[in-house]
Amino acid sequence: MSILNEISLRLEEGDDAAVPRLVGEALAGGAAAKTVLDDGLIAGMNVVGGRFRDHEIFLPDVLLAARAMYAGLDVLKPLLERAGVASRGRVVIGSVHGDLHDIGKNLVGIMLKGAGFEVIDLGNDVPAARFVAVARERDARVIGMSALLTTTMPVMKEVVDLLARENLRGRVRTIVGGAPVSAEYAAEIGADAYGYDCAQAVEKVKELAGA
Amino acid sequence: MIPFSPADLEPAPAAVRAALGLKPGAEPSPRSEELLRRALAIFRGLAAPAAVTRPVTAEEFAPVFAGRGDNEPLAPLAGIYPRAGRLHLFAFTLGEPLGAEIGRLFAGDFALGAVLDAVASQAAESAARVAERWSESLPGPGAASGAPWRCFLYSPGFCGWHVSGQEALFAALRPETIGIRLNASFLMTPLKSVSGVLAAGPAAIHRLEASYPFCARCASPACRERSLAAPPA
Repeated sequence: MSILNEISLRLEEGDDAAVPRLVGEALAGGAAAKTVLDDGLIAGMNVVGGRFRDHEIFLPDVLLAARAMYAGLDVLKPLLERAGVASRGRVVIGSVHGDLHDIGKNLVGIMLKGAGFEVIDLGNDVPAARFVAVARERDARVIGMSALLTTTMPVMKEVVDLLARENLRGRVRTIVGGAPVSAEYAAEIGADAYGYDCAQAVEKVKELAGA
Repeated sequence: MIPFSPADLEPAPAAVRAALGLKPGAEPSPRSEELLRRALAIFRGLAAPAAVTRPVTAEEFAPVFAGRGDNEPLAPLAGIYPRAGRLHLFAFTLGEPLGAEIGRLFAGDFALGAVLDAVASQAAESAARVAERWSESLPGPGAASGAPWRCFLYSPGFCGWHVSGQEALFAALRPETIGIRLNASFLMTPLKSVSGVLAAGPAAIHRLEASYPFCARCASPACRERSLAAPPA
């Protein structure tokens, strides 16, 4: 088994002690940081995301894998920065104004980072104008919005409408999710995508970002 | 007072696994099981459940429900509470230390934080069910009749009752006495808190016959499921 395959396998197992050690060994053996990232860490997270989507594993396993991914990334990060390796794109995420919970949004953020995106997490209770302002300032490619309450879902439409008014619709894409949100609602308000769960959200963001 | 203790509210491991997406019959990994054991231990150590209730008449509840006037035009509770035989304003919290620990873990050990969050969410759900059973057990026409009353908790932010209704609910109930605060966006802290009105009466009052526009958009139709379990009006 190659060391990159072993990194991927240990990551799938959520072994956050072995992954950074193996990443260090791969680098010491001459592997490029970008190769270790793509063929070791991200390859492992892709397997985990697929198994979660297919209900073969459950959420804690995904999060343990993500924790191992972060441990490996800590080793790679200085080298990636030095080599000027860009992320797959910036994504602004948040729970919309008036909404209480951010667990789903947090999980999407963790998975997006695991997939190689730079995530700007605005937290919860985020007004529409702030989503748009931060996306513009930070040149984000995607805005991800979460809502738990039917009464706060209209804020998602406010964001979509505000992007249109500011001529940002083509440049900044939108994805929505949360317990009361559906694909039909996403289409109704003009959002670009709907994420049923965190694994699907990551797949959709990859499509939206062209990554 | 409704008696709550962490032991009564501690969720079964199987319930937490299910809430986190494990299919029935599937084998959890040893690492995730270790997370669950740790999360339950933290819950036992930090949960500090507390509740406050206040009995109200339908007339007293009307302005609480109306709030700022932001409710959906056809909100199910508008047809339920006038027919309820007993109404209690209700708020419950698992306490600040547990919420703070979830937040702290999310900043570092997010895997454990997510499992602890699921444990706490299940416990908060259990608290609502305990409160409903408490209301049903109170002496009165329901207990005396051959058809026991059913009680459900209805909360601002759900089923057409606008989340801004928290403002009037808090003004009438004062959950600040048990440490629950409301911010300008009507968010409760500690996060693992529950509020609303306990509406008890003949089971049929909870039956939702109409198909509400917002129900069509809702992907978590627990209220409709429990409604359908009630006999037709």
